[in-house]
Amino acid sequence: MATAHKDVCGTLEGKATRYGYSDGLLILGRTDPRVFVLDADLAKSTTTDRFQKEFPDRFIDCGIAEADMVDIAGGLSLMGKVPFTSTYGTFMVDRALDQIRVTVAYGELNVKIVGAHGGISVGPDGATHQALEDLGTMRMLPHMIVINPCDVNEARKATLAVAAMQGPAFIRLGREAVPILTDDATPFEIGKGITFEDGDDVTIAATGYMVYEALLAHEELAREGIHARVLNIHTIKPIDRELLLKAARETGAVVTAEEHQVMGGFGSAVAEVLVQDCPVPIEFVGIKDRFGESGTPDELLTAFGCRYTDIEAAVHRLLKRKE
Amino acid sequence: MEKLLTIRELKHLATEIRKDTLRSITAAGSGHPGGSLSAADVMTALYFRTASLSSPIDPNRDRIFWSKGHIAPLLYTLLAYKGFFPKEELMTLRKLGSRLQGHPRKGSPPGVETSGGSLGQGLSIAVGAAYAARYDKLPVRAYCLTGDGELQEGQIWEALMAGAHFKLDNLCAIIDNNGLQIDGKCSEVMGIDDVAAKLRAFNWHVISIDGNDMEQCVNALDEAKTVKGQPTAIVAHTIKGKGVSFMENVVGWHGKAPSQDELAQAIRELDAQECE
Repeated sequence: MATAHKDVCGTLEGKATRYGYSDGLLILGRTDPRVFVLDADLAKSTTTDRFQKEFPDRFIDCGIAEADMVDIAGGLSLMGKVPFTSTYGTFMVDRALDQIRVTVAYGELNVKIVGAHGGISVGPDGATHQALEDLGTMRMLPHMIVINPCDVNEARKATLAVAAMQGPAFIRLGREAVPILTDDATPFEIGKGITFEDGDDVTIAATGYMVYEALLAHEELAREGIHARVLNIHTIKPIDRELLLKAARETGAVVTAEEHQVMGGFGSAVAEVLVQDCPVPIEFVGIKDRFGESGTPDELLTAFGCRYTDIEAAVHRLLKRKE
Repeated sequence: MEKLLTIRELKHLATEIRKDTLRSITAAGSGHPGGSLSAADVMTALYFRTASLSSPIDPNRDRIFWSKGHIAPLLYTLLAYKGFFPKEELMTLRKLGSRLQGHPRKGSPPGVETSGGSLGQGLSIAVGAAYAARYDKLPVRAYCLTGDGELQEGQIWEALMAGAHFKLDNLCAIIDNNGLQIDGKCSEVMGIDDVAAKLRAFNWHVISIDGNDMEQCVNALDEAKTVKGQPTAIVAHTIKGKGVSFMENVVGWHGKAPSQDELAQAIRELDAQECE
């Protein structure tokens, strides 16, 4: 999907965030003997096979049994291990939700839950394999941290960050190669959003891959003399209230952008903050209460309204509402 | 070295535990007496004779996971008798602010190893704990108590597969096979027999016992410790409501609290059995 667009951030050499996850796991494997990795027959796809090769004793393939995997991870964590469970987001969150809720979240267990293949950009596999509700479902659970990295480097940092904290956490990964927007120097702290572009006319708060589309929108809008602030909100829970409220106060309008159902998802999370403490006009870019379908990632992002052009249109609507 | 309790002492203890379990359910006004009474003997044997469990925070303690979380009143009474929290607190069961939740919450009170109540999850947790204990070469055994109706949950069979696949001989499942579930007889609601044959087919070492016979409970739990290369399942054939005549084998006592009069009658009967 990266090839369709101009280079905004220095490189078109894209890489999927799932590789950032295994980059992080490999570092953890070498530095933290507590770390175990579990998969449910998708190790090559989630890229946990890289950890499996180097640390076979700390890799458990649970077979096609996601519920079992989550509770096995629970048992490991009760013995002092730091288990990462990995499979596609749909199976991870939806199939094993009861186990995540009762054993992991209610028990406040130190289990890290990783859902690969998030978003509509999963492509031709279709609706059954496109996780579009994972962020919303996970953010409703008490004690759960929810992170949606924008690129491969941020995914690596998120993996290291959740291992360093105590308690349950969810990380969403994507299937497709996406542009690399951050480097080693870019800060990453759970719960702290990052301002990628300054601007005072409008705020684009984006998460995951949509941060890239937000940057493209920023460039297009700049040609028209519209200065859009771009926020990378990688942590959806706890969300960075301070950064969002400051942006809302200073720009007076906010567009949210996510590769996820708007209903209950990132846009809802942002709106919950703003309506209470700084009720500026908001527009939501994301999936609008429908299931995905087969297609190429590029076709789907366009068909489902997850493009920079959709963000631009939302900004124009907002600026009219602001007048 | 602590002196092992005799069968006679364990039987006496199980009776006292049954009485306090019923007292707490009566005080709560709701709860699950039937399954608490059926599992009382085997779990008394486990907590007071077989398991290494001197403290709820000892890293080398055996881990006991209650997959059938609804019989929390029995769990709490056993933990109180272990001395992990004050017995008086048993009367706060299911009350606002109590550590004794209607279904178990991890660590509340000390000795509750995991949250549970949504059936089918505990055996997978025990698989994970046993796996970690073996990896760390700890002398820790993982036990899991499930119901027989609970075997209708698909996840149980995922965990049975995993336990045998990983050859976890420090893992022991105890099935409280009382034959009843909320909607009626297990055999009529959704038949699960032949349980022992199914477990054997899943490559588990299976021991079938009268789960209300203390000596058989102790012997089965001891035998499980000697099995190598595969996990053990103890199919404890029990009577739901065991020890209280009007509760025995009555589906209606699955999840109903006794009245004060019924409690008094139950305690009279349990005391009478003590004198036999």
